[in-house]
Amino acid sequence: MATKKAKSNTSKEELLHHYKEMLLIRRFEEKAGQLYGMGLIGGFCHLYIGQEAVVVGLEAAAKEGDKRITSYRDHGHMLACGMDPKGVMAELTGREGGYSKGKGGSMHMFSKEKHFYGGHGIVAAQVPLGAGLAFADKYKGNDNVTFTYFGDGAANQGQVYETFNMAALWDLPVIFVIENNQYAMGTSQQRSTSSAEIYERGKSFGIPGEIVDGMDVLAVKAAGEKAVAHCRAGKGPYILEVKTYRYRGHSMSDPAKYRTREEVQKMRDEKDPIDHIRDMLVTGKHASEDELKAIDKDIKKIVNESAEFAKESPEPALDELWTDIYAEAQ
Amino acid sequence: MATEILMPALSPTMEEGTLAKWLVKEGDTVQSGDIMAEIETDKATMEFEAVDEGTIGKILVAEGTAGVKVNTAIAVLLEDGESASDVAQAASAPAAASEPQAAPAPAAQAKAPVQVNVVEEDLPEGTTFKTQTVREALRDAMSEEMRSNDDVYLMGEEVAEYQGAYKISQGMLDEFGSKRVIDTPITEHGFAGIAVGAAFGGLRPIVEFMTFNFAMQAIDQIINSAAKTLYMSGGQMGAPMVFRGPNGAAARVGAQHSQDYAAWYAQIPGLKVVQPYSAADAKGLLKSAIRDPNPVIFLENEILYGQSFDVPDVEDYTVPLGKARIWREGTDITLVSFGIGMKYTLEAADRLAAEGVSAEVIDLRCLRPMDTAAVIKSVMKTNRCVTIEEGFPVCSIGNHLSAVLMQEAFDYLDAPVINCTGKDVPMPYAANLEKLALVTTDEVVAAANSVLYR
Repeated sequence: MATKKAKSNTSKEELLHHYKEMLLIRRFEEKAGQLYGMGLIGGFCHLYIGQEAVVVGLEAAAKEGDKRITSYRDHGHMLACGMDPKGVMAELTGREGGYSKGKGGSMHMFSKEKHFYGGHGIVAAQVPLGAGLAFADKYKGNDNVTFTYFGDGAANQGQVYETFNMAALWDLPVIFVIENNQYAMGTSQQRSTSSAEIYERGKSFGIPGEIVDGMDVLAVKAAGEKAVAHCRAGKGPYILEVKTYRYRGHSMSDPAKYRTREEVQKMRDEKDPIDHIRDMLVTGKHASEDELKAIDKDIKKIVNESAEFAKESPEPALDELWTDIYAEAQ
Repeated sequence: MATEILMPALSPTMEEGTLAKWLVKEGDTVQSGDIMAEIETDKATMEFEAVDEGTIGKILVAEGTAGVKVNTAIAVLLEDGESASDVAQAASAPAAASEPQAAPAPAAQAKAPVQVNVVEEDLPEGTTFKTQTVREALRDAMSEEMRSNDDVYLMGEEVAEYQGAYKISQGMLDEFGSKRVIDTPITEHGFAGIAVGAAFGGLRPIVEFMTFNFAMQAIDQIINSAAKTLYMSGGQMGAPMVFRGPNGAAARVGAQHSQDYAAWYAQIPGLKVVQPYSAADAKGLLKSAIRDPNPVIFLENEILYGQSFDVPDVEDYTVPLGKARIWREGTDITLVSFGIGMKYTLEAADRLAAEGVSAEVIDLRCLRPMDTAAVIKSVMKTNRCVTIEEGFPVCSIGNHLSAVLMQEAFDYLDAPVINCTGKDVPMPYAANLEKLALVTTDEVVAAANSVLYR
């Protein structure tokens, strides 16, 4: 791994913050899986369980005004950038109280307020879009950056390289975050991708990058800070290939027969990002088991409330079918 | 033998040009490859090279002459040993074949010609007009909007330093600089996506596709990202932007470069689709499209770029999207078209008028939203309708209009609606087949006669 090992002198507050954020995503996704099983969430539902450290680490490197955009595996990104779990869960259930009034669903959610630009269902389409957000910031002359997330599967799409070319050519302040969870749906990286290290593809465009341990939130944050500094300084794009792992199938309807149960269990046992921070909190005597239990309880409460809200929020009014197709001139 | 040097065709659609400058004079000897003249087309100034070697015997067209038709003799080239007296021989050679005369219209059953009522737009009294090409009108529209809104910028292939592949953006780089007039690599999918992202981020991009044929590479970003995001975000964010460029058949460029996408884009909720005919509409509609808070597909036509029209000489001339224009009023039949289809439609209307048929001509101008109310209103008066477009016949704009008329004006129709379209074939290259593949004025007249039971 190219990144430094997590520093042991990280403050208690910071560790607790990461712990809470990651745990919120974990519990939220478990609940979403449960609601899917109950038929309350329909269609495709791609869970982020296992990958929590990626978004939590990178959000810790962001500042107000920075933008983020990702694919359809987007629940974690939304929670990490501060969107309300109630609004996210209610969108999953297709209700009026959802971020898109129930009209977007799991894969298509947005928050202008939190600078979250989706939630895109077409693999890799978000990559040029993210570069375009960065283009707008550069055009306006501010120093914001855009975190553009995509997976190892998307990394084989042609538009990614069209975007690398233009982002490098025009020095766009965009951080390309390759969330390499090693499986493009059911096809492992070895079977789909000619290069072992995807970030190296950026070199042919002159885009610097590195591999990051995506199961270590502190390593992700440190790499994120480095990438952000590069972009804010006007040096153009940066690539972070974050090695991560999803515990669940590609979507709720994926039985994940392409990998062994043992492989998944080994990752959970040895590399889990939440356990890692929990251990640091306990061994560093930053938090007692009781304190951590209290945190778990608080998180569970937030998630349960979001689920209740998502069940109770009414379905969108029927005339919503015909709204938001065209914007009215201001 | 002395040979004539003919005015060359320097682009697929060039019909005439200006002999800007001779670089040789009478008596000069030239080798194959020598540059003899500079010829200005409506798109560019090109150097014209000698193909054969010889001596320039006579220059037939003086430099500075405009409107020189392609294939006109512009000079005479003498071979070794020939003298100026041989010039006459060459000059008397038969001229290039001219277009055959159209067959005279059958006069026997024709009624007296009808009086044509050309409908002027609703403009303030005393409005003056200036003559402009569609090309100039489009550039003025973009430049005016860029002057008034810093968030508007233009990106596309060859839009900046090359001054536009079709010279639409001529001079814009000089005025607005490389920050706002941006050359892209030839990667439609990527730069269309970047522009959509920039629109999400608060800018107002104008994306020029060198032609809409290449926009198929980018169609996912246009439809899935630009058109649908407003809806998917519950109204939080959308893509206020314009995708523009030439669409439809040019001339002799074959199947992959000759297609009308009107019906494709007109199907998509979230998009607005404009296809202007005249320069005035090109200007007024493009300005409205740039200001519109939604993604607008703006379909131009290469053959129309060089055509001149009267454009209202008023400050900030705009035309609202979604409103058809009645070009001429009539009582016997409604002809509905848009874009270059209007050319055949207006020609057909003239011919019908000479035969005593009063045709009302409607230019839809905008295909989404489509002003079907204007068509229905007209059909309630004329009871007959023919639609005209250059696109393919299956699931065409005309098909849609026919269905609307059937549902909403069935009782007013005295005959089935006929759709005149391009043929259901990929565009052939051969000149005669290409002509056959396109919609023609003859077909429009025949369709009109058919629904009039004449």
